[in-house]
Amino acid sequence: MNLHKQVLTTAVLLMIFAIIGAGVVGFTYENTYDRIKRNEQLTTLRKLNTILSPESYDNALLDDQITLAKSTLLGTTDNSSAYLAYKNEVPVAAVLSPIALNGYNGPIELLVGINYDGTLAGVRVTKHRETPGLGDVVESQRSDWILGFTGKSLSNPAENKWKVKRDGGEFDQFTGATITPRAVVKAVHSALLYFKKHRDEIFKQKTDASPVDKNS
Amino acid sequence: MPAQSIKIAKDGLWTNNVALVQLLGLCPLLAVTGSFINGLGLGIATLITLVVSNSCVSIIRHWVRPEVRIPIFVLIIASIVTTIELAMNAWFHELFLTLGIFIPLIVTNCSIIARAESFASKNSLVDSTFDGFMMGLGFLIVLVILGSIREIIGAGTLFANAHLMFGEQAKTMLLSFGDNYPGFLLAILPPGAFIGLGLLIALKNHIDKKLKQPVTSTEATGDTPSPAV
Repeated sequence: MNLHKQVLTTAVLLMIFAIIGAGVVGFTYENTYDRIKRNEQLTTLRKLNTILSPESYDNALLDDQITLAKSTLLGTTDNSSAYLAYKNEVPVAAVLSPIALNGYNGPIELLVGINYDGTLAGVRVTKHRETPGLGDVVESQRSDWILGFTGKSLSNPAENKWKVKRDGGEFDQFTGATITPRAVVKAVHSALLYFKKHRDEIFKQKTDASPVDKNS
Repeated sequence: MPAQSIKIAKDGLWTNNVALVQLLGLCPLLAVTGSFINGLGLGIATLITLVVSNSCVSIIRHWVRPEVRIPIFVLIIASIVTTIELAMNAWFHELFLTLGIFIPLIVTNCSIIARAESFASKNSLVDSTFDGFMMGLGFLIVLVILGSIREIIGAGTLFANAHLMFGEQAKTMLLSFGDNYPGFLLAILPPGAFIGLGLLIALKNHIDKKLKQPVTSTEATGDTPSPAV
């Protein structure tokens, strides 16, 4: 009997602490949820604004976020987000989030802004695991290399020049790091192809009452 | 200050320093200290966790049955860390993005449960809280020193990204040692952390040997010669 009582007290004790712990975490979660959500949106918006200048559009980018189904051109194996920019209801640009699959250390996540006319508004790397000091020069904080994409399009440079110089193309590689820029160049090029193919579908999604993604 | 407090302070900062003597919590220590500000951020988070967990454990020490004390400590520490993680995400979002997965990893920092088990569960609330603070401070100082050394040698800067923690005006804090510093990759990569920590431990042991009698001041750890990595 005594043993039963002991087991019971121990169990109750453990339960009380579990409840208190869960309560504290739950309370904090409730009270920080809105703030965290807002932080995340601000971070995204700040990233988008490094690609599209805030004056070039007048809609709320975060509200005009659409979901694109997985696509080999985007390197995505799941749905990905795209943001649509408008000015006076006229489409200005779209920001896609493709993934460069063949980075040196796994996938490199990108944001690629493409103007409505098919020229690049800007490219940024959002997440990567490339070697610090070698492959990470694709970050805009480390070098200007990634800014070199701005203004380029499918016809500038020509199709066969969308490669790093080592492969006979137009884009610089870095000493000691060819694989990373090669992957990024390829991913940006594919994103442009995707945009060319799907542009009208992408922008149609906004005007539709319910934005469903049927494009694949 | 009573003798007990002095002993606790000395233990935490020097004789029983979490990072230099107990060698606990090496995973976050080595992974995060690529720069001054990362070290400081993780140091503060660990410090808060230690203080809160030590005081909670001390408060409940008479009620907890010995058979379930470890699960209860784990519960307490996990709740505290999750709370800190959420708070950091809410108020220091940018820093949170940099420190990323290392905040939840504080749960696995053995120094916290070690202090709960070996000190807080046997001592008064005041002593335990103070012990948590001193242990945390000792850890924080090592994180900051190691972070500074690696940042200076590896990137040629100090206080980079300080605005993540102190707001925009802190951008002026950035010290740069020569604009054309090529950087020294080894210091930034994990081996640099091992080498740096090894040199710090060696330095501490050297000082101990030189002094023969215990040192009380924290400044002793402050003037580290930049190791020739």
